[in-house]
Amino acid sequence: MSRIPSAEDVKRGVQDSVVWRSIFRPGSIYRSGYRDTSRDRALAAMNNVLYHLHPVKVKRHGLKLSYTYCLGGSSFFLFIVLTVTGIFLMFFYTPAAGTGTELAYADMQQLTTSVPFGELVRNMHRWSAHLMVLTTFLHMARVFYHGAYKPPREFNWVVGVILLLLTLLLAFTGYLLPWDQLALWAIVVGADIAGFTPVFGEEVRFLLLGGAEVGPDTLLRWYVLHVLALPFVLTIFLAVHFWRIRKDGGISGPL
Amino acid sequence: MAEGQPIDQQVYDDLIARGKSERVALAKARAAAVRKQRQAEPDETTTSTTERAQGGVPAASEPAGGRDPEGAGQPARGALTAEQRRERVQQALAGGGQDGNGNGHGGPGGPRRQMPLAPPSGVQQIKGKQEDKVYTWPHLIASEFVALLTILAFLVVFSSLVDAPLQELANPTESPNPAKAPWYFLGLQELLLYFHPMVAGVTLPGVMAAGLIALPYLDRNPSQRPENRKTAVTIYTLFMVFWGTLTITGSFFRGPGLNWVWPWVDGIWFNL
Ligand code: HEM
Repeated sequence: MSRIPSAEDVKRGVQDSVVWRSIFRPGSIYRSGYRDTSRDRALAAMNNVLYHLHPVKVKRHGLKLSYTYCLGGSSFFLFIVLTVTGIFLMFFYTPAAGTGTELAYADMQQLTTSVPFGELVRNMHRWSAHLMVLTTFLHMARVFYHGAYKPPREFNWVVGVILLLLTLLLAFTGYLLPWDQLALWAIVVGADIAGFTPVFGEEVRFLLLGGAEVGPDTLLRWYVLHVLALPFVLTIFLAVHFWRIRKDGGISGPL
Repeated sequence: MAEGQPIDQQVYDDLIARGKSERVALAKARAAAVRKQRQAEPDETTTSTTERAQGGVPAASEPAGGRDPEGAGQPARGALTAEQRRERVQQALAGGGQDGNGNGHGGPGGPRRQMPLAPPSGVQQIKGKQEDKVYTWPHLIASEFVALLTILAFLVVFSSLVDAPLQELANPTESPNPAKAPWYFLGLQELLLYFHPMVAGVTLPGVMAAGLIALPYLDRNPSQRPENRKTAVTIYTLFMVFWGTLTITGSFFRGPGLNWVWPWVDGIWFNL
């Protein structure tokens, strides 16, 4: 007579299986035998992919909300939300704006009317973008007020400024993509400002717009920058930023 | 080879009987012997000296030290209150941790050399400073997770309630009045109303970006304490207020023709 296996038996069986144990390394909280001891807490951090971001132990004061206000982390999380929602949007968007074939605009309308969750995801993408500019800016302020750019963290501040500029560029290039009046004229104004660059003004403007005026070529250019080039560069600088935080001795302070 | 190591004979015979290879059976039997020994004298290796001094590690199922807000489920710490623990850390920090000799590796004559033949400059000197730290898992991960969920919840709710704008199809021949840049550039656009574009549009932002990048190399004051860096704090605060004011003015106080408007009288010309 075989008895019916209890839920506990099944859990044991799964956790002790070769496959499970190959996925979850020793110390993982999902592996059988995890105990809430110093040793297992350390292993849980060390044997996890998050070890790329976090050390085993962190300074206690850094955990207080009032130290980082979670602004750097929030910027990073918003970047992840933007990546996920952005990939969704790419499935329904064509960067075409030739006269009479303004697919970009038509796709935006389609997205909001006939794609399931299309409007919600678009909203999330847009609000996250605005929010990320804000949190990044505030993150910079909090780093300044903590004097966290002082040695050995000077270079990470420089990396941070580059991240801020990249974030602004990402937000700005994305702004054009819906190809509505708001988008077009915001970009015209922005490009005109860039056109005042001394000596090379005209060239800078031409390079940005892919022509003398904002047109279909501008859209394609900014689309590629927005969905591929800038996120790629930003990711690289993020990797350096996070790596330097650890190499510079973790979070600064306490004050 | 580790011939002399004890093996668990019973496990060994069992595995051989089940047709396992000699090598596997031997390894498992050795491991079993080690396990057995560990069980007899629980967790010697994983318990730090201080924890052992507190009376070893009680069973994992013991209820968490009630008075200890951080150490929930960490029984060995239950013996100390948070205050006691903080005091201990303070003492350790005060006890010469700064000079790198307080970490037990060096005598009064400086850190112990690991390689007597190498010149001191050739050895990487690791000066461990004891700090008040907590485990990333679960403390940091848990709070990060809460932050993540809060942001996500806010985004989903806000995005369900407020739609992103989508105006009419772009028309290069029909300029809206006013034509405004995205909000993060409205400070710049506002500045353009006062200065020559070469100054406001390019030179000033360029100087600002360069200034931000150079900041850590210009500010040579080593202190991180606000009371020691009044000048830096003042300058940066003025900078923030300056840009904040310009951005808010450009966003809400500029109407058609970029003329001044009072938002509560004339309305708001602002899009996100
Ligand atoms: C895409 C934008 C950015 C992301 C995702 C990001 C992310 C982070 C994170 C997660 C931290 C850990 C501590 C914390 O959360 O405050 C951090 C620290 C830091 N960030 Fe950023 N950051 C960004 C932009 C910036 C900018 C614009 C600056 C400054 C100009 C900057 C300078 C620093 C510095 C110096 C630290 C070390 C702070 C300390 O040790 O207290 N970062 N960053």
